[in-house]
Amino acid sequence: MVGIRSYGGYIPHYRMNRMVIFGSMGWINPANMLNAQGEKAVANFDEDSLTMAVAAAVDCVDGFDLSELGGVYFASTTAPYKERLNANLVAGALGTEETIRTADFAGGLKAGTTALLAAIDAVGAGNANDVVVAASDSRLGKMGSAQELMFGDGGAAFLVGDQDVIAEFKGAYSTGHDFVDHFRGAETKFDRQWEDRWIRDMGFGKFIPEAVAGLCEKCGVKASDFDKVIYPCYYGRARKNLNKKMGFEPDKVIDNLQAIVGDTGVAQSLVMLSKALQESKAGDKLLVISYGSGCDALYFEVTENIKNLAPRIGINGYLARKAELDSYTKYLAWRRMIPLETGLRGEEDHWTRWSLVWRKDKMILGMQGSRCKKCGTQQFPAQRVCVRPDCGALDEMELVYLSGMGGKIFTYTSDMLAASINPPALYGTVDINGGGRFVFDYTDCVLDDLAVGKPVDFSFRIKFYDKERDITNYFWKAVPVAGGVE
Amino acid sequence: MAEGIRDKVVILGMGCTKFGEQWEANSEDLAIESFNECLKDAKIEKKDVQAAWLGSHIDEVNIGKGGNFLGLTLHLPLIPITRTENFCASGTEAFRGAAYGVASGAYDIALALGVEKLKDTGYGGLPDSPAFGQMATMVMPNATAPGMFAQIASAYSAEHGVSMERIKEAMAHVSWKSHQNGLMNPRAHLRKAVTIEQIMGSPIIAYPLGLFDCCGVSDGSAAAIVTTPEIARKIKPNEDLVKVKALQISVSSGEEQMYTDWDGAGMLTTKMASKKAYEEAGITNPREEISMMEVHDCFSITELATMEDLGISAPGKATDDILDGFFDLDGQLPCQTDGGLKCFGHPIGASGLRMIYEMYSQLLRRWPEERLVKDPHIALTHNLGGVPNQNVCSIAIMGLD
Repeated sequence: MVGIRSYGGYIPHYRMNRMVIFGSMGWINPANMLNAQGEKAVANFDEDSLTMAVAAAVDCVDGFDLSELGGVYFASTTAPYKERLNANLVAGALGTEETIRTADFAGGLKAGTTALLAAIDAVGAGNANDVVVAASDSRLGKMGSAQELMFGDGGAAFLVGDQDVIAEFKGAYSTGHDFVDHFRGAETKFDRQWEDRWIRDMGFGKFIPEAVAGLCEKCGVKASDFDKVIYPCYYGRARKNLNKKMGFEPDKVIDNLQAIVGDTGVAQSLVMLSKALQESKAGDKLLVISYGSGCDALYFEVTENIKNLAPRIGINGYLARKAELDSYTKYLAWRRMIPLETGLRGEEDHWTRWSLVWRKDKMILGMQGSRCKKCGTQQFPAQRVCVRPDCGALDEMELVYLSGMGGKIFTYTSDMLAASINPPALYGTVDINGGGRFVFDYTDCVLDDLAVGKPVDFSFRIKFYDKERDITNYFWKAVPVAGGVE
Repeated sequence: MAEGIRDKVVILGMGCTKFGEQWEANSEDLAIESFNECLKDAKIEKKDVQAAWLGSHIDEVNIGKGGNFLGLTLHLPLIPITRTENFCASGTEAFRGAAYGVASGAYDIALALGVEKLKDTGYGGLPDSPAFGQMATMVMPNATAPGMFAQIASAYSAEHGVSMERIKEAMAHVSWKSHQNGLMNPRAHLRKAVTIEQIMGSPIIAYPLGLFDCCGVSDGSAAAIVTTPEIARKIKPNEDLVKVKALQISVSSGEEQMYTDWDGAGMLTTKMASKKAYEEAGITNPREEISMMEVHDCFSITELATMEDLGISAPGKATDDILDGFFDLDGQLPCQTDGGLKCFGHPIGASGLRMIYEMYSQLLRRWPEERLVKDPHIALTHNLGGVPNQNVCSIAIMGLD
């Protein structure tokens, strides 16, 4: 039985009330008031589609042994690299073996489900054991655009396999249409879209029913057989009409999170699927449809194993952890939409030395440290000579991944002098659980959240962005655990 | 068993420029000025200098690498010149090189000169340079010196159960006292008295450090000429001589940064270097035996923690000593008698030698009465370079012959 073994989700910490955007940009198009309802999820200044995919994947594989993993697939239309396989960074962050199949899926917004289908096909064909599929997007609309209001940031991840599946894959139906409703050229930062009425009527209005009909016929089921129906469409009234047209009971149609997250691009239907699985029971039949350059329709049935899967943070967990972003200009700065003065200090050039990065690849991406076989001391970064003063053994180390260990705050500060696009820079020393300490950035928090002894989790984030060479560098940061006890 | 260099080296002469924003002076001008004052004080000629050590730290925005700068600036006659770079100990390292050169018998007379011009960076604070190697850029926070040193406060508070308010109050006294001293010093960069209220109310640079808890960067140079006691007595038969009693360096082992035993409330290197320096100098009770000090007050919290690391204040009790005025100019153990880094700013390669210059001048009673420490015999200087979890500490102890 091939299907989903586990799921994970991620919604970034910051949410922006859409009226904050409209309050700044409504003057250019007052009609955008119609889109200025609710809030959208905003990736922090040190997050992007890759880090959000990692966060979802970390949530997804928590508790699973990855030593037999067959592949890592990453889907996004906003990946940091055109050349340099982004999926390798996801795999590196998860600390997988390098002898696996890694692939990026991009282009149309259906690429997320296509990655999921590719994983299902690989496992089904016996070519891979487990495959991690992670999808995320952080798309941009121009200042004052409808897309700026509609788009949100988030990600979802799934572990596909043939053991202990919690949702059995029952079938799929796909279409590919060169229907250019949304568009970005290879050199373009912002989304451009054609007329809404055309997208609504000729896009969502035609292709979603086409995919549903195709799947139902192929799998011998009726639309009304499904307990949870997932499809993207941010036009509210069109959604109601589509439900009626296709015979979906409104209470079986999963909310698209438009009011609290926004359209998460390639991740949209997968974020909804992840959330739906978090709320599913054995026997539920799920219909998942993606939309964008065509559709994928997938049919899953939830199994009894769902009871055995340890709880995930999931979309629901991350939705509950939130902070308000009340500054539109901060949003612009975070998304690098405007030139920002970070002082002459901020103009200092930092090269990325790729041959060095390659040697330290597992330290940077996987937070790999070492444990001394002589004295048992865990340390970071990995050492050849044991750091424990009364040990000092040479080359007696085993390598260990530490990103999942969490830690405790040992020292902290809030630095107004450091060049940052999000001052003050919060950082300090963290004692890693199980041993070792290192100076980390703190993120998703404010100074008042920091106290000596407070527990932290590690989160994969953008370490620095080299705008001269368009290089995004990543490392792990420490996030104070919500409600953590000192 | 090595016996150290106690009493084997005499400081024959010293020089020190005014520190400050020297917009019209090049590094060359600063070096020439400190060297000439030093030469005059030593009562020798340039040709008598047999070897030189040059302290500088941030070579990228300054004088470049190697010892060439000094040879080319002073036109020294093809003598050995070694540039010493060891963070904020660079100046004291130059002094150590020269002193060891003399103590070993390799040279009769040697020069140590520190120079640093930091005001050509275009911005305040130390330059953003890859001080900890290329990997630091990839994995460590984009940290600044105040941010790294500020962390001592959170650890100190947790370790000793001293409230952050009490720490802030003591830190304010540290800076207040230094400004009081710097006010009287024509060579100081900042010569303004500030009130405790001004200090406490200054904007936060890196929590809990405010603007007045931080020293600034500056331009400056200081120099020393050292020789043997025998030669010194020939050149200066009727003058007091200042002898080197101890020179010690300690460098982090990584246990601060990576192992979890360190309490973060002070510097292991300062503890180690001062212990060895007291042994070398024959000091058993530093609190009573040391007459005055110049310590590395890059930040007021550093000075606070250093008082315990040096064994002057009992663990957890530095705030008491500070607030009791123990380290004030009229206190039992005056500290930063010239105004410290707080008032001089910190041209890194020059600072260690500037501190020695102040102690040397105090021991020789060269200052106006109002600035003089009463009856000094033993003086200590201390540098702490790098950041609390990976650093280098230098200690120099000197005394009257």
